Amino acid sequence: MPAMAGGYGIGVDIGSTATKVAVLDAGGAIVHTELMPTGFSSVDAAGRVEGALRAAGFPVDDPDARVVATGYGRIAVPYADKVVTEITCHGIGAARLFGPTGTVVDVGGQDTKVIQLKGGRVAKFAMNDKCAAGTGRFLEIMADRLGVSQAELSALAREGSETKISSMCTVFAESEVISLIGRGVPRSDIARGVIDSVVARVAALAGQSSGGPFFLTGGLCENGFVIERLRAMLGSPVTTCPEARYAGALGAADRARALAC
Amino acid sequence: MSDNTNETTAAAEYDFHPMWESLGMDVPAHDMLLGAVGQMFGDVFLAQENRPASTDYLNQVVAGIHSGRIKEMLDKKASGEAKKIVGSFCLYVPEEIVIAAGGIPVGLCSGADWATDKVEEHLPRATCPLIKSFAGFKLGSVCPYIESSDLVIGENTCDGKKKAYEFMATQVNMYTVDIPNVHNAQTLELWKGEVRKLAERVEQETGQKITAESLKAAIKLANDKRRALQRLSATRAADPAPISGLDSLLTVQAAFMDDAERLTGAINAMADECEQRAADGVGVAPKGAKRILYTGTPMAVPNWKLFNIIEKAGGVVVGEEACTGSRYYKDLVDESGETVDEMLDAIAERYFGINCAIFTPNDGRIEDIVRMARELNADGIIDCSLQFCTLYEMESFTVEKAAEQAGIPFMHITTDYANEDAGQLTTRIEAFLEML
Repeated sequence: MPAMAGGYGIGVDIGSTATKVAVLDAGGAIVHTELMPTGFSSVDAAGRVEGALRAAGFPVDDPDARVVATGYGRIAVPYADKVVTEITCHGIGAARLFGPTGTVVDVGGQDTKVIQLKGGRVAKFAMNDKCAAGTGRFLEIMADRLGVSQAELSALAREGSETKISSMCTVFAESEVISLIGRGVPRSDIARGVIDSVVARVAALAGQSSGGPFFLTGGLCENGFVIERLRAMLGSPVTTCPEARYAGALGAADRARALAC
Repeated sequence: MSDNTNETTAAAEYDFHPMWESLGMDVPAHDMLLGAVGQMFGDVFLAQENRPASTDYLNQVVAGIHSGRIKEMLDKKASGEAKKIVGSFCLYVPEEIVIAAGGIPVGLCSGADWATDKVEEHLPRATCPLIKSFAGFKLGSVCPYIESSDLVIGENTCDGKKKAYEFMATQVNMYTVDIPNVHNAQTLELWKGEVRKLAERVEQETGQKITAESLKAAIKLANDKRRALQRLSATRAADPAPISGLDSLLTVQAAFMDDAERLTGAINAMADECEQRAADGVGVAPKGAKRILYTGTPMAVPNWKLFNIIEKAGGVVVGEEACTGSRYYKDLVDESGETVDEMLDAIAERYFGINCAIFTPNDGRIEDIVRMARELNADGIIDCSLQFCTLYEMESFTVEKAAEQAGIPFMHITTDYANEDAGQLTTRIEAFLEML
């Protein structure tokens, strides 16, 4: 049971696929993180987060704690003191992890965000419109179609040679993948085409921004091959770290800490 | 105002179903539509806090939009007070001409998805929602304005509309005005000719000649309406903003449908109240709420989606650089003309200055956006284009550059009438407000 000196901040980031939690102490050090699938309901995920935090010794009703909720399910967190969008939170979290200036690329489950940071603040952002192309969902659907896990998909892609998947739409791209399978194109080549298709969309969105350094946050930050391809397509360094998955939760926790202290 | 309230109360007990039936409408489907719009109006407008009391007029307009107002127009026609009802879809159709020839000008329904399956038998799927909407309202027989229109005037503005009017001409009595796409002395002369041809066509329909007297009166009537809207708009420079963007948007939406004189009186009353509220520091949103200038494609009733998201997120819209906004009222027709010819020229000149994205180049719009953002003390600009509107989509890049140069934060949105992107839009708009 950690003894917290002074107030602490809890950030709860309920994404469409994964829920991330970060706890910062009064000095701003990360003292706890949680990662769990969001599942069917954000309300249910918020409940599971509450239980996990209590078990870890950070009850949300602790008078010293403040909670900021963010992400797609941010309004489903009844114990949140404040709700802040994931764009602002990813910006704050990334500034903390990587520095105050650069472009944050966050590939989420249902949307992709490109956030331009200046002086640690969000200066501009872009988000994919009403469409799943260039998002984590696209990779999930295609991995399913090829009968592999997401980790296997990028391992396969690394061995594959360049294969064109030209449809911008997830639904049409899926039929393209089906016809590639039908034509007997090796699975590794199709996997390569799938990864390149997502990375190209992400790079196009990021390219509208003023430029590097680029920071990758969100669920794809541990996917080495995606990072490699993104570097190549942007022609610019792309930095990430294992905590980058928690960037939104860290940003929310940082805001919560400001409320608590 | 009290007269209007009495009329509406009486109207509430009146059964409009026989009237809709006599117009050949699909009455059960129309009941469903009215139910949905009524529900939406309650959730969006009546849920607002601190509305100026005088906005009750707007509630009355919406309550009677497909009922009392239609009956009023049909009654005027029956009594001979008005000759014909003339529908249109666009700011480019001069209402002065319709009024001077004894017609009642009305804007036609185009703000919600309806009968899309039927529409796609005649128009491509990738057509802007506004065009699909007016075709759907006609094919679904649920717009009492188009059903009671004796003549529908289209305009060759964007490619989508001009080709859709070829189809609409198979459905209604249709006349289409040609609009030039560049501004120069030659095209202005062409446009003056088009305005004259339109005047002849409307006279032929109503059987009433336009006289110097009737045209002068019509110009005054329309200008008075614009002056009232200008007054109301000016009050929105105050912080806190005395009136919401939603209610302001609705004033212009109402102007396309309601009687001009009644509307002018009501808008002046709203301007009186809002001037007082601005002087007293009374607002619809707290002082310091983030102020947004809207620019982009028009928003026809009941397209309140984006303004609702902005204002529910804690922002306040302080101006609209759009056809359902400043373009409707910012310029007056010169009132010094004495002959019909002089006045038709003055009308043509005024309408030629509407900065629609069909024009190339369209620098006037860009200047207006920056000027309005400054005059109305906007913290940021939200530029929105209906999906598949190539013109506004393309022009958004120019608008973004101008906003950047002026140092005003900017965001572009592409959306349609459906609600499934509301969650994403909310996130983007909240983040934009957090950034300001």
